[in-house]
Amino acid sequence: MKYVDEFRDGDLARGLARTIAAEVQPGRSYRLMEFCGGHTHAISRYGLLDLLPPAVRMIHGPGCPVCVLPIGRIDSAIELAQQHGVILCTYADTLRVPASGRSSLLKAKAQGADIRMVYSASDALLIAQQNPEREVVFFAIGFETTTPPSAAIIKQAARLDLTNFSVYCSHVLTPAAMVHIMESEGQPDAVALDGFVGPSHVSTIIGSAPYEAFAERYRRPVVIAGFEPLDVLQSILMLVRQINQGRAEVENQFIRAVTRAGNQKAQALTAEIFELRASFDWRGLGEVPHSALSIRPEYARFDAERRYSMVYRQVADHKACECAAILRGHKRPADCKAFGSACTPEHPLGACMVSSEGACAAHYTYGRFRVEPATESSTQTDLVQ
Amino acid sequence: MCLAIPARVIELLEDDQARIELGGVHKVISTALVEDVVLGDYLIVHVGYAIGKLNPEEAAQTLALFAEMGTDADPANPAAYI
Amino acid sequence: MTFDSRRIDFKQGRVDMSHGSGGRAMAQLIHQLFVAEFDNPFLRDQNDGACFALPSGGSRMVMATDSHVVTPRFFPGGDIGCLSVHGTINDVAMAGGTPLYLAASFILEEGLALEELQRIVVSMAAAARAAGVPIVTGDTKVVEQGNADGVFITTTGIGMVADGINVSGDRARPGDQILVSGTMGDHGVAIMSLRENLTFETTIRSDTAALHTLVAAMLTEVPDLHCLRDPTRGGLATVLNEFASQSGVGMRLFEKQIPIRSEVAAACELLGLDPLYVANEGKLVAICAPQDAERLLAVMRAHPQGGEAAIVGEVIEDPHGFVQMETVFGGRRMVDWLSGEQLPRIC
Repeated sequence: MKYVDEFRDGDLARGLARTIAAEVQPGRSYRLMEFCGGHTHAISRYGLLDLLPPAVRMIHGPGCPVCVLPIGRIDSAIELAQQHGVILCTYADTLRVPASGRSSLLKAKAQGADIRMVYSASDALLIAQQNPEREVVFFAIGFETTTPPSAAIIKQAARLDLTNFSVYCSHVLTPAAMVHIMESEGQPDAVALDGFVGPSHVSTIIGSAPYEAFAERYRRPVVIAGFEPLDVLQSILMLVRQINQGRAEVENQFIRAVTRAGNQKAQALTAEIFELRASFDWRGLGEVPHSALSIRPEYARFDAERRYSMVYRQVADHKACECAAILRGHKRPADCKAFGSACTPEHPLGACMVSSEGACAAHYTYGRFRVEPATESSTQTDLVQ
Repeated sequence: MCLAIPARVIELLEDDQARIELGGVHKVISTALVEDVVLGDYLIVHVGYAIGKLNPEEAAQTLALFAEMGTDADPANPAAYI
Repeated sequence: MTFDSRRIDFKQGRVDMSHGSGGRAMAQLIHQLFVAEFDNPFLRDQNDGACFALPSGGSRMVMATDSHVVTPRFFPGGDIGCLSVHGTINDVAMAGGTPLYLAASFILEEGLALEELQRIVVSMAAAARAAGVPIVTGDTKVVEQGNADGVFITTTGIGMVADGINVSGDRARPGDQILVSGTMGDHGVAIMSLRENLTFETTIRSDTAALHTLVAAMLTEVPDLHCLRDPTRGGLATVLNEFASQSGVGMRLFEKQIPIRSEVAAACELLGLDPLYVANEGKLVAICAPQDAERLLAVMRAHPQGGEAAIVGEVIEDPHGFVQMETVFGGRRMVDWLSGEQLPRIC
């Protein structure tokens, strides 16, 4: 696969790893948050931690839209399917996220609710066209990468004058979440972060510009990293260098797909259909101002929240669940008492375990043979055998 | 949230659609979010939509940088973890 | 034998409740479809069961059964019919047995087009003939519309295990080598290419095939083969985790050595699937002592069903029973049990 395989080359990886190892300075810490869930997955799937020196610590951030989706919003989606009899279309990732009362979209489906997995937002539109006598709702989740497709289908629905279609919008924004994490740094158990590995495809859409104010204000370097493991390694090296040099700039490693301005056509379409919510409840982060989108009044007829008079009910996380701390990077999966026992991919208590790029699922599925230190003081990772 | 893959445009279709090819697999996707798509372009595809174009020159530059940065290590400190 | 000699209209006809009632309509269906296509002395006898002499060559028999509910029923490279024949032949072979006979029972949904049923039965007959394993007895039931998805097929097979063969999931030992008979993930991706919502055009075909002659060649060369299994649902990862668990060992795989067709890899990338967990229907996983590995590999590669066979890893000591893999990138990851059904990722 062109532009994929070359970016996974093991020899180049070893070279970059040697350089990183050579350039980390003794006594300095390099606590890097990879914001994007796709990066968390790539790090686990390729075993990237094996190639990094112990001084570099990767902290998994909340860039997994399934992980930060609050229980209350899944409850509402299930309600739509069960009580309003709609055809609820959802991406596969959301199906197993635990909701209230040990339910989930998958379980509701097993109980007879018409919940259908779609690979693309346009599939939901197609289902609406093919079932004119039924109401169809698309459960739209995701960061800025996934938002433009939702905008596109709403625009298309308006053009087609569909009367049986709406979108339940839970789209969230990356820079707002990053700011919120930094704002929480003053908290007692906050972990100081030295740098950010910025998301790949969110940045393809929003460009590198939005991170500039962030880097300046919080004086942390941000390197926008491509999606493949070599991209991540190179970005880590670039962050190490910035930290060594005391710089706090936005650098773009993903130059083959990200520009400073981003995809303006997609941005314009998003702005046409969506507007900013004053505040939004994020699982793990709580209420975050100006961090999510809702559908503009002009497109109200496609807004499921208005159409079905949906009321959001906040639901607290499971008592034993440490997702909140893990999403902020304050704790590691192994620090959660439920990890691997009460909470496994088979029986997830919290969303960090359900989504394969949640910190806990990634660690459980790919890395639990690795015994990671639970405290800051120990540095060497031990392998089980 | 990012699973996206670069794929080559092999056919332009109506209604803002294109057929792309990746490793021998073909798929029809939407080009509603990108502009001026031509045959042979590489598009970044996410959930059935092209969200951007891949720039081949920049891609080549990045690959060259991987190799270059991989030999920057100080030979006096071969702290190899591999 | 005389009963109504009217020909069934396979072109336009549909299955109805009378086909399962035990009466004339059912007898016609059995005679004009199943017996006609599967055609062998056992079926011609028209008895409820097939009676045969004890085979010689060993003192143990193996019996295996499999149900098939796959949709879509027809896919590139095969259909539910030949799948059901190959699947059970393979289960018998994976126990180290030589398959001898098959039984096939059908649950038909009222309304199923007879033309489709005929295509499936013709395919089964061809697969059984090609494999040299006759379908000697069977059953037919019809359920009301909505109570079955078209057709469900259950096949049961028996075979004989020669003396000296001892293939079992608990025989993997540290140092053993792990082999696969060919490329991984073909069948699952071929199926997914047709399912609604995941359509794309590929040249990927299901690899459904009967593997008993490959197994016979392998056992002739290496009678002390330790483990054999076909990685169907759950893929290679599931079989290896099963072996690891049964044998109380760990495993170390080398991603670079696992054969995967580039189109299958690409399709998995597009869909967010891991090919290690995708089903195969014409491949096997074998574990053997280290000194037998090269010879085993050679004999597999020489066989039509094993042309792309490869050594993909080794068995190691590990009280946790983890299956680890060295990635193409150089780092290590776990290849864990599958959690629930593998759902395509978007993130």
